[in-house]
Amino acid sequence: MRITARRLFLAVLAVFLAAPLVVVGGVSFNREPRMTFPPRNPSWRWYGVFFDDAGWTTALWHSLEIAALAALVSISIALPIAYARWRHRSLVAGWLEAIARLPFLLPLIVLGIVFLSFWSWVGHVGRIENTIFSHAVVFVGLPLATLAMGFRSIDPACIDAARTMGARGTAVFRTVLVPLLLPYVACGMIFVFILSLNEYIIAYLVAGYEVETLPIKVFNSLRMGFEPAMCVGAMLFVAVGVLGFVAMAAIGDLPRLLGGRPR
Amino acid sequence: MRLRSAALLTWPALALCALVVLPTLLLIRISLAPPDPDGLWSSGVVFEAYRDLAEPAWLATLAYSLCMAVLVAAIGLGLGFPLTLMITRMRRSHQVTWLVLLLATLTLSDVLIAFSWQVMLSKRIGLSRMLVWLGLMPQVDSLTPGAGAVIVSMVYLVLPFTMLTLYPSLSAMPTEQLEAARLLGASPRIVLRTVIIPLNRAAALTAFAVSALLALGTYVCPLVLGRPQNWTMAVMIGNAALAGHNVPRAAAMSIALVAATLGVCGAVFVGARRRWH
Amino acid sequence: MNVGLQLQGLQKSYDGQPIVNDTTLTVRQGEFLCFLGPSGCGKTTLLRLIAGLEAPTGGRILLNGRDLTDTPAHERNFAMVFQALALFPFLTVEDNISYALRLRRVSRRDRLARVRELLALIKLPDIGARRIDQLSGGQRQRVAIARALAQEPVLFLLDEPFSALDAKLREQMQLELLMLQKKLEITTILVTHDQREAMSLADSIVVLANGRVQQIGAPSEIYRRPANRFVAGFVGQNNLLEGRIVDAEHIEVCGTVIRAAAASEPWTPRAAVTLCVRPEDVRVNPDDPKNASLLHGHIRLVRDLGDRIELKIDCGGLELLSSLTPADWSLIPDRDAVRVQIAPGAGKILTC
Repeated sequence: MRITARRLFLAVLAVFLAAPLVVVGGVSFNREPRMTFPPRNPSWRWYGVFFDDAGWTTALWHSLEIAALAALVSISIALPIAYARWRHRSLVAGWLEAIARLPFLLPLIVLGIVFLSFWSWVGHVGRIENTIFSHAVVFVGLPLATLAMGFRSIDPACIDAARTMGARGTAVFRTVLVPLLLPYVACGMIFVFILSLNEYIIAYLVAGYEVETLPIKVFNSLRMGFEPAMCVGAMLFVAVGVLGFVAMAAIGDLPRLLGGRPR
Repeated sequence: MRLRSAALLTWPALALCALVVLPTLLLIRISLAPPDPDGLWSSGVVFEAYRDLAEPAWLATLAYSLCMAVLVAAIGLGLGFPLTLMITRMRRSHQVTWLVLLLATLTLSDVLIAFSWQVMLSKRIGLSRMLVWLGLMPQVDSLTPGAGAVIVSMVYLVLPFTMLTLYPSLSAMPTEQLEAARLLGASPRIVLRTVIIPLNRAAALTAFAVSALLALGTYVCPLVLGRPQNWTMAVMIGNAALAGHNVPRAAAMSIALVAATLGVCGAVFVGARRRWH
Repeated sequence: MNVGLQLQGLQKSYDGQPIVNDTTLTVRQGEFLCFLGPSGCGKTTLLRLIAGLEAPTGGRILLNGRDLTDTPAHERNFAMVFQALALFPFLTVEDNISYALRLRRVSRRDRLARVRELLALIKLPDIGARRIDQLSGGQRQRVAIARALAQEPVLFLLDEPFSALDAKLREQMQLELLMLQKKLEITTILVTHDQREAMSLADSIVVLANGRVQQIGAPSEIYRRPANRFVAGFVGQNNLLEGRIVDAEHIEVCGTVIRAAAASEPWTPRAAVTLCVRPEDVRVNPDDPKNASLLHGHIRLVRDLGDRIELKIDCGGLELLSSLTPADWSLIPDRDAVRVQIAPGAGKILTC
């Protein structure tokens, strides 16, 4: 009896979590430009339309570019802070970490207004850098968290051992820290990448008219009519994401990267 | 040592001060400025934006938004805690499958989440048909827009974050304590109540706070899936800025929302501290 | 009839690999039993099977004749102290100890009385309100014991409870545990890899290797009459000498005939066997210089252990370990040429 209740619970929640993914995927295969699900006459039609349409492909490109650069900028902010905390127990790094965590407390819409105001005040309106830097700073809490886990997982005895064998500062960093931290750095960057890809409101407010990202275009098309091509874009993102995570799981130890028990 | 860490931290300090501290101060400044219908805000200092907020309609919306956020976070925790616990006890391969599913839901933009729930809850598609078949609904009808649709979509948004926050803590639970409780006479249900939940109190609270904040700030789902009476502060803020061309009002509402959030968080934190120490 | 705990053919396998192999033994009421063996021998798994934390793949567990094999852990009323202690960090000492009582809906007054009683028993009457992280290692150890005893269990199980303590504290705790056990007359099973610990605490030792029981007996029995080479080698220091059987009581080693204890297992003449001789039974310069079973050698290594002197003696290629009192050691004049005698009737012949 217990087992059945447990299985039912798991099944219902699995369906709940997967449902939107299935719906979006299904709609993208619909031949007619309608929101019917399950898809009638499935075809790759809209995938073709998507890649032929300059509007959609530009939006896709913008999204990928912003996400990649935001991830880089984000890690460039998080890594020195995490390192200074761990290595020097720096107080300043502690304050910076607190400031970096601040955006997580604020609703995204508020952050959107904040950055909208900021970029206009600075006089740098509607540029792609706005979105990149805004995203980088808003999501910087994530690489900070994964890096904190990464540094925590380093056995200090490894550093001591390296030192007794003759490795100095930079050598220790290169030969011991980098290999141990690389999975956590990658994990943090992937999280920023994925969140930035899908972020709508900030991207729209800071540079939405000039720099259309995929979520912006999707939302606009949602209001104006309906195009299954928008689901194509979404499926592309899901595919990229899932591939990334499956790769992480295959190559590394996914449960451990997310803070769980090592293999 | 000081010099080295100072050199390291120059870029982060610069970036964070310029992009977090400064904009936050700017927000406060703008909330006190008069609106400019052609631009964003004009110079000068007025308190109108705040005065408008003191009206009962706004206070009601604020209260409604906070309650909605707490409800969504509670449902998320109620579902997420047992699910994460079950996942941490599964065989490795099953765990990885579930984790990939969770992470995959993060790859869907909230715009598309709103869209897909709109599709699923519409009259034509199917969920309502299933509910009629189960006897929970009198007749087939669209379940959207409405409060229920907003709640369901927000729970969907919030659930992966709740679970990923709980995952480290539940994975690292010392099994000896659970076994000790069993030998002291606790059945599995009592072990859950008296040992597992207390051990993970901190993580559960963090997960609750993270999801409540997320729910509070989400713009698209309440807008698309709710009727105007279901709109939260986030939607109002967005509308004020975009449709109403009144950025100072949006700024003032933002500050009010954050202040209310911090107030509630602070109260809960102090209350929790007092109870558990 | 006080049958106590009975294990019948208990078996536990993971993926076809047996961890506990067909184990049968009986623990009498009030007895202090030790499971002794190297890591990986299955002793902890056996304890967990008894506790009900794992289900056996075969065999039965009976308590006073009642079959407990299918009873879940929380209904067995067995207490256990874990290696990691497993005290609840979110409860005070008092609440930890009274956990079991609260589950059994004991009234508040009775609970407090019992907690007071137990705190007095472990000689820490004032720490009730403290949190676990405020206690020292030894104090935590005692609280773990008190918590286990609160429910008045029928069986007291301990899994290497003292391994994390330093040597002095460990000895102290061992003594306290022994006195507690004798006072409460509670049936106890302790798992350890430390043979000294087992010898000093147990009424009866179960030596395990590779999931199988090698020997069950009192400490002196295990020490003086090991059943096989493994037990001989694992428990205490010894000399294992290869030789051939001459008759029921004599064995020939390196050309010298030695009288050993009568062989208990069946033997065949000229069979290759091992003679197990404890260092105390290797006499140096015995009073009888003309004895036929004397060996000659010289001392290679001397270790002064304070209460005794250990010697490594080379007898023409045969290396013997001997243990002497400091007084006897002072009587030996010349290290280069000593006479060595294996005390007659002391060695044990091992056929396996």
